Amino acid sequence: MAILEVKNVGKRFGGLQALSDVNLSVAENSVHAIIGPNGAGKSTLLNCLVGKLIPDTGSVMFDGQSVLGRKPYEINQMGISRVFQTPEIFGDLTVMENMLIPCLAKRDGAFQLNGWSRVVGQQDMIDKAEEMLRDMHMIDKRHMHAAAMSRGDKRRLEIAMCLAQDPRLLLLDEPTAGMARADTNNTIDLLKQIKDERDITIAIIEHDMHVVFSLAERITVLAQGTPLVEDTPDRIKGHPKVREAYLGESQDAA
Amino acid sequence: MFGLEKRDTLLLGVVILLTLFAPFILNPFPADSGLAQFNAGYPDLMQRFVIFGIFAIGFNILFGLTGYLSFGHAAFLGVGSYSAVWMFKLLSYNVVPALVLAVIMAGLFSALIGFISLRRSGIYFSILTLAFAQMSFNLAYSVLTPITNGETGLQIYTSDPQYLQSVDAPSFPNLFGAAMNSSTTLFFGSWTFTFSVGYYFCAVFLILAFYLAIRIFRSPFGMMLRAVKSNQQRMNYTGLNTRPYTLAAFVISGMYAGLAGGLLAAMDPLAGAERMQWTASGEVVLMTILGGAGTLIGPVLGAGFIKYFENIFAKINDNVLHGWFAFMPDGIEDAMVAIIHPFVGKGWHLTLGLLFMLVVIFLPGGLVEGGQRLGRVFRRKDSNAGSVEADAAKQRNEAAE
Repeated sequence: MAILEVKNVGKRFGGLQALSDVNLSVAENSVHAIIGPNGAGKSTLLNCLVGKLIPDTGSVMFDGQSVLGRKPYEINQMGISRVFQTPEIFGDLTVMENMLIPCLAKRDGAFQLNGWSRVVGQQDMIDKAEEMLRDMHMIDKRHMHAAAMSRGDKRRLEIAMCLAQDPRLLLLDEPTAGMARADTNNTIDLLKQIKDERDITIAIIEHDMHVVFSLAERITVLAQGTPLVEDTPDRIKGHPKVREAYLGESQDAA
Repeated sequence: MFGLEKRDTLLLGVVILLTLFAPFILNPFPADSGLAQFNAGYPDLMQRFVIFGIFAIGFNILFGLTGYLSFGHAAFLGVGSYSAVWMFKLLSYNVVPALVLAVIMAGLFSALIGFISLRRSGIYFSILTLAFAQMSFNLAYSVLTPITNGETGLQIYTSDPQYLQSVDAPSFPNLFGAAMNSSTTLFFGSWTFTFSVGYYFCAVFLILAFYLAIRIFRSPFGMMLRAVKSNQQRMNYTGLNTRPYTLAAFVISGMYAGLAGGLLAAMDPLAGAERMQWTASGEVVLMTILGGAGTLIGPVLGAGFIKYFENIFAKINDNVLHGWFAFMPDGIEDAMVAIIHPFVGKGWHLTLGLLFMLVVIFLPGGLVEGGQRLGRVFRRKDSNAGSVEADAAKQRNEAAE
């Protein structure tokens, strides 16, 4: 069953048709990768899914409900979490506080005026946050300022923050961009572990083919704002249209 | 204790002790000595310390936690003052209804201004709040004269109805009979200590305001406010709506300002439009930054510091200066007075400005950071003074080679 259903989505920026007629269906509990050359519209598509952009045409359904017209925080409360290309964390706060915030947001909703209760009194949330940090092997860093950590740790923390909310769909925007090979492999292992241990759907936008082919169960190739093919990794590898999109015009046309 | 961590309880205890014993602490010099002019322990000034402390504590909840820099908080101070004076005019000189209305009106007014201003952030938010405050000032000064009594300022006349004022109650703001301007003086040798009802009334509010601020700082709500300052994007994608958080912080700080305005009116029952002017808004920004934005005690220190300067430095005139340098030969005496003259008396703003620049450049965390650094220096000296000395000696030797 499809948890995310994108139908006929189009988005135009002035004279640029960034997306046209995009159809995409992400099956529940699968890992779905969206790849494509620069400017193919991957990020625009992602922004349409999380409420940052509103598509001009088409529909985006998550678990049978439309996400169009909803604010990013409302879409998150529906069960979609997003990991950014450059880790977006609360740099001024400690690692522990970074973990507590998504836990509290999950429990209390989008706004809670609880100025009289105490952070140290939220024992169940603290336990949950500590458990998550332990899973991520970051428990010894809990008193550190998040901004002081290495990039790999920031990425790890951001993923942990998203997972703490038990999302049904995790969206990753080039999670290994700018990472060293070792960090990239660690991230791949982490994502594999998440996929195996949880009931979660992962949609990933990625440049790095190594990452895509080690994780994805299905791949959609996007080129010039429209899906080219959608298939399993093995078939995508040898697909002539994909080669054409990545390596430029075929020799016949030249 | 009181649902606080150990360190916070300690801090609250220090604040309670300082406020309760302020009449002693602020009057360290005998009344007849030459240094008596540095004494700040007279009721009028002590009340200002405490009232502006409350104002700054509230401002810090908005600016220190969320990072939204409002340049219009004096408007809420003014609204609080006008509301309180109106209660004195209509009901009685009892301060309770006056303060209640002051806080409520400031809350409503800040909800309105906050709702509009918080649609923008950063510099645009600051400009919007500044514009609103200047509008309020001009309205109070001219258009709304029937309510604010314009230029003259709102005051209480014998013709005012005062429906609930009983005959035997004092004709000055009072708490169930205890007039705010009454005081007892204690003479101790050549020292004099004044205990005023008004000061202790305000001090109780400062302690409550400070306690509430600690609770907010340590609450999940306070943590969310710090998260707003740190990364709004992440907040939105974590399922949190930042707008009501910032609005709540804005309204809470507006209510603190209203309370401060109400207390100002309770200490001296008149309210003028100049209380809402942008310089007054700027002053609370200076207090908070000077003391240390985002720290608990910083704003109180900053408020005390600035009010001390305003009242004590401003009193040092040329005569006083000549008195100080009288021991020098005439020419040098005049030269010294001429050099120092621009920095004291009416020029106290110059000294304050220089100090503010020094603090912002060298102590971005304000006076609190200065205190922490001093504390670290002393601790280091205690624990490994020997090794530090040895390191320094080694470096000197290396440099010599």
